[in-house]
Amino acid sequence: MLQQFGNNSSLSFALDFQHYGELTVSFQQKALTLLATSFLGLIFSAGASAQSGRDYVYVVGSSTVYPFATVVAERFGRSSEFKTPKIESTGSGGGLKLFCDGVGVDYPDVTNSSRAIKQSEVDSCAANGVTEIIEVKIGYDGIVIANAIGAPAMSLSRRDIFLALAKEVPGKADGELVENPYKTWADVNPDLPAARIEVLGPPPTSGTRDAFVELAMEGGCKTVPWIKELKSSDKNKYKAICHTIREDGAFVEAGENDNLIVQKLEANPDAFGIFGFSFLDQNMEKVKGAKVDAVAPTFDAIAEGDYPVSRPLYFYVKKAHVDVIPGLRGYLREFTSERAWGEEGYLSERGLIPMPDEERSEVASAVRELKPLSLASQ
Amino acid sequence: MKTAKTTLEKVEAGLPRRRRKEMAFRAIGVLATAVGVLFLGVFFATLIAEGSSAFRQTFMQIEVELREDVIAPGGELDLVYADFDGLVRTALREQFPDVSGRSDRRQLYRIVSAGAGYQLRDMVEADPDIIGSRQTVWVPAASNVDMLVKGNIDPDIDESLRPISDKQVAWVNTLRDAGKLERRFNKALFTNGDSREPELAGIRGAVMGSALMLVVTIVLSFPIGAAAAIYLEEFAPKSRWSDLIEVNINNLAAVPSIVFGLLGLAVFINWMALPRSAPLVGGLVLTLLTLPVIIIASRAAIQAVPPSIREAALGLGASETQVVFHHVLPLALPGMLTGTIIGMSRALGESAPLLMIGMVAFIVDVPGGFADPATALPVQIYLWADSPERAFAERTSAAIIVLLGFLLLMNLAAVIVRKRMERKW
Repeated sequence: MLQQFGNNSSLSFALDFQHYGELTVSFQQKALTLLATSFLGLIFSAGASAQSGRDYVYVVGSSTVYPFATVVAERFGRSSEFKTPKIESTGSGGGLKLFCDGVGVDYPDVTNSSRAIKQSEVDSCAANGVTEIIEVKIGYDGIVIANAIGAPAMSLSRRDIFLALAKEVPGKADGELVENPYKTWADVNPDLPAARIEVLGPPPTSGTRDAFVELAMEGGCKTVPWIKELKSSDKNKYKAICHTIREDGAFVEAGENDNLIVQKLEANPDAFGIFGFSFLDQNMEKVKGAKVDAVAPTFDAIAEGDYPVSRPLYFYVKKAHVDVIPGLRGYLREFTSERAWGEEGYLSERGLIPMPDEERSEVASAVRELKPLSLASQ
Repeated sequence: MKTAKTTLEKVEAGLPRRRRKEMAFRAIGVLATAVGVLFLGVFFATLIAEGSSAFRQTFMQIEVELREDVIAPGGELDLVYADFDGLVRTALREQFPDVSGRSDRRQLYRIVSAGAGYQLRDMVEADPDIIGSRQTVWVPAASNVDMLVKGNIDPDIDESLRPISDKQVAWVNTLRDAGKLERRFNKALFTNGDSREPELAGIRGAVMGSALMLVVTIVLSFPIGAAAAIYLEEFAPKSRWSDLIEVNINNLAAVPSIVFGLLGLAVFINWMALPRSAPLVGGLVLTLLTLPVIIIASRAAIQAVPPSIREAALGLGASETQVVFHHVLPLALPGMLTGTIIGMSRALGESAPLLMIGMVAFIVDVPGGFADPATALPVQIYLWADSPERAFAERTSAAIIVLLGFLLLMNLAAVIVRKRMERKW
């Protein structure tokens, strides 16, 4: 019709179209009404179906746990009669917020977290009716400080890390703070090379950043006696000193994409990057991890607890959802099975550092019994 | 005697300067175009260089005995709990009988993909008669073997620096020399949903998710956008209110897309209680996003219809509604469709608003309906780009190539619609 119109003169077409139009007006109206009603129907039926039930496990939470949880979910989905769980990467804090919003099929069953749940989060959960939460510790993750494979090997102490990256560092006198004056690693510690301090790391929204600040920075910060004393007298000031990273360009926030950091390190041998152990594990021929307090970030050192910058990973489960959501119990069993999180399980191949045998069997039996978390206010 | 310059002389005196200016301007233009083409060339070259290898995947041949006592113990077929991985391992041990010791065997098992067991299960499910027979099958090799064969892992560097051991390299070479290792077309990339095993990961789930979303978007945004444009252009009285609406629509077209995602989260998910991660909600959000684009393009198309057409129709006794639906709309339709297709291709490339409504998720099952959990093609690219496994790098580029292919097709459709249906006045 339109094609024809393009070739004919406008007048003849107009007449032609007018007849056509009269015939089809009623049809057009009907079609439009039909379309509108069917669409409204679609929207409401979708809404209703979401209310009535969900036949897959719904997981949210930490982007650090995401690579492990997805592997478990996929294996579970493929080897059971249940659907594959859906896993959203929302970050630890965002995940716990969604998790605590309520009980019911619209809310997640499980949230992954790269830190332990906070009391405030337990309270907000309880306020929304989420009273029984099962905590599952799944293993450890090391945070590494790495540089390009061709660059000189580094051995840092946590004190070096703190002095190189803090916004304010202790001055000459006790209690005196000065804007971080150090430009090169040699300024921090004469044993280190005279290369410019340039560190690429995660942004403040990241769980990796939280853990790095807490374990590495604060660990170094505590070695200054007068700051250590502040911890009991003025906790806020202590935190401000130990947890604030410099903003003068020596520390670059490189976003959440760790692959990007690895690429940048390859291009710039002077730069260091901060990321999870699993990325070091997968890129061993491109980057190498610096020793921290004379311990190299190896699988064994993290598993033994010798490497200082490592943290436990968790997930949290709503007890009320177990046996209501199909497959949730099976997902928990798969995650806590030896073939998944064991010494030689498939998660260890992905860079998760397993817990010691006893701790694993303890957590696994707690999960089997669905033992809820016992933080004070419940 | 001093004579005044004639006009011609004045023009000629200034001519070299004007020509120089023109040449300079042209040179700048050529340079700007060349820089643009260069960037585009580098972009495509790196993308294709990196991504093209993902369309082929390394497969290895194994000879596996489908033992009845493993698959159907007691004569009862149990596909869920049967140990197909064990059969694959037995096959590998038979192939390399002199590999002994626990750690060596573990290394040996790792050269084959975790998908080999699933493949055997699917074979048995399709044809239970093969239970008990010996079958020669081609199964995907592990992603590290694939990377080695493709040259992305250098076997000459120190063993501790690469994810594949000297022994594994030797086994791969043995297989290759025996003709039992081949690179084949990577069908899984197009037929599978997402996976954490790179050799099993595919974009079908993401493509389906994007398609479902675009269906919702086009069904909603074209009628609403066209109706709004027609009303504003042909019927609405020109007043302060219609000016205000016009300014707002133009502003909406420039609002960052994440804002629409936040709106979608608040209205569709929190208030209307629609499911998270569903293509329905994604489509609704993308509708909000494309509406201003479609309204603006449609209004421009309607404005381009010459007033003489309207006047002639009115002169022949047509009502205003008849003028619009019988004369103006058919003439403006090509322009409106072009605008819609451009809007759709923008919607296809969006990932930011989908972040807010839970579509950035690991979803293995291919969505079958508007309320199923789904992800979209740009989101899949984002998720793969963030994966630690090496083999995902080339798959990320491959997925980008596919996305660009779709965008190219849609823009081509827009050009064809315009070329074939548009009328010049």
